[in-house]
Amino acid sequence: MEQYLTQIAPEQRSLETKNLNVYYGGTIHKLHDVSLQIPQNAITALIGASGSSKSTFLRSLNRMNDKVAKVTGQIIYAGIDINHKDINVYQLRKQIGMVFQRPNPFAKSIYDNITYALKANGVKDSAVLDQAVEDSLRAAALWDEVKDSLHKSALALSGGQQQRLCIARALAMKPDILLLDEPASALDPVSTAKLEETLKQLRDQYTMVMVTHNMQQASRISDYTAFFHMGNIVEYDRTEKIFTTPRVTLTEQYINGSFG
Amino acid sequence: MKRKNNAKLQNKIAMITIYCLVGTVCLILLGILGYILGTGLPHVSWHFLTSESSSFQAHGGVRDQLFNSLYLLVLTLIISVPIALGAAIYLTEYARDNWLTNLLRTMIEVLSSLPSIVVGLFGYSLFVIKFELSFSILAGALTLTFFNLPLLTRNIEEALRTVPATQREAGLALGLSYWKTVYGVVLPSALPGIITGIVLSAGRIFGEAAALIYTAGQSNATVSYTDWNPFSPTSFLNVMRPAETLAVHIWKVNSEGLIPDATLVASATAAILVIVVLIFNVSARALGNFIYKKITSAR
Repeated sequence: MEQYLTQIAPEQRSLETKNLNVYYGGTIHKLHDVSLQIPQNAITALIGASGSSKSTFLRSLNRMNDKVAKVTGQIIYAGIDINHKDINVYQLRKQIGMVFQRPNPFAKSIYDNITYALKANGVKDSAVLDQAVEDSLRAAALWDEVKDSLHKSALALSGGQQQRLCIARALAMKPDILLLDEPASALDPVSTAKLEETLKQLRDQYTMVMVTHNMQQASRISDYTAFFHMGNIVEYDRTEKIFTTPRVTLTEQYINGSFG
Repeated sequence: MKRKNNAKLQNKIAMITIYCLVGTVCLILLGILGYILGTGLPHVSWHFLTSESSSFQAHGGVRDQLFNSLYLLVLTLIISVPIALGAAIYLTEYARDNWLTNLLRTMIEVLSSLPSIVVGLFGYSLFVIKFELSFSILAGALTLTFFNLPLLTRNIEEALRTVPATQREAGLALGLSYWKTVYGVVLPSALPGIITGIVLSAGRIFGEAAALIYTAGQSNATVSYTDWNPFSPTSFLNVMRPAETLAVHIWKVNSEGLIPDATLVASATAAILVIVVLIFNVSARALGNFIYKKITSAR
């Protein structure tokens, strides 16, 4: 299937996997030799049926599968293999942030949600913290809605607001890459539209990889799309190509909804 | 149509049965509570609360027993909460699922159902005899710690487990270390549950008699409440003095008391015991909610 995977020019690559394999419990082989190149400052959508291992792939990229599964192969970021055991994963995860399927704000105030990780990293200056809160909330398009209630509980926000807060919280760490695991699946259509608008605006500064089950969403906001099927990437190309002229029948069938 | 009616009928029968069962439980609890308070409260007076107990005459009080109970409770919690918290954090957050941790969990379960008189006799032979602590508050507090640890650990473990895994993922994904995630994210979320667990175990400690009879003792040395030096033998803070608690007092007065008003004293003491436990529960919950609101800034 190699020929159906588009190559990204080396200088535009932000992240690259080489022969990535994931095993659960020693025997269950979830991901088969996945090699994918993810372009800088773009949104790459990972689509595929449930159980196609796209989330497994995503969670391997910032080593969230450590202790959960065995991941072999290389993940190249900034010229080094970050799937190596000597890599400081805590440092790495500041570079590669993640937003989850269900909004998971901490049981803290909006302000503390954003500053807790910064404080844990030694940022103490309250002016710096204030600025980080404002900047990241603005970037996540949440500032206007919450600027007067920063010290209220984050749990009081709506689901869509909570998810944008989670994005803001990730952005406050100033990452390079943002991994999004079905970020809109728990949101209503209005909140989803807002979230998509936010992601589009972030595209200029961040590399984003997003798992989604929503075909329209993938076609609306992503630049590249990878189609996963049973632990393999079937096809990877520019999104408009995948959705208009897919080269593999399986891809076409999935997009048309005739299976999956 | 017939099926539907059947479903309705079934539902009705189930509801009535459940209401009856709940009603029985409530009735029994209210009955016990009402009986204890009804027979005890009329004899509780300021004099009863503030005077020493007497060995032979009527009109003795429970001042020392009340203080001893509270003092033992505080000491026991000071010793057992950190240990139980550490153990619970280890078991929920760090321990891998293997035979060793399974063995640990099973042991904790077995220990939590150990009869308190057995724990008391164990405390007697270990602390009172072997470590030569004699009948003392310290021996009592250490024994109660043994008695309390398994259940408290279980309670805190349960509280930590109710925090969704997504909270831990959120912390880790921000590059926080696992400890920072546990300390700053999981613990605050679990706090109300942890406090409930501590309160539940505190009630058990406060009412415990069997584990204390042979460890903290049944007699009271003369205590002075103005002597703040904990090393002075007559100080109320001295942990090496023998100390009878409210629960032990009830047992002693009833089984071998020589005072003429033994029944009255026992009922009044029981009423005080129950009221203190109630006060403790209510205020600890209020404190827990207050702290939780402070942390989460929920209004």
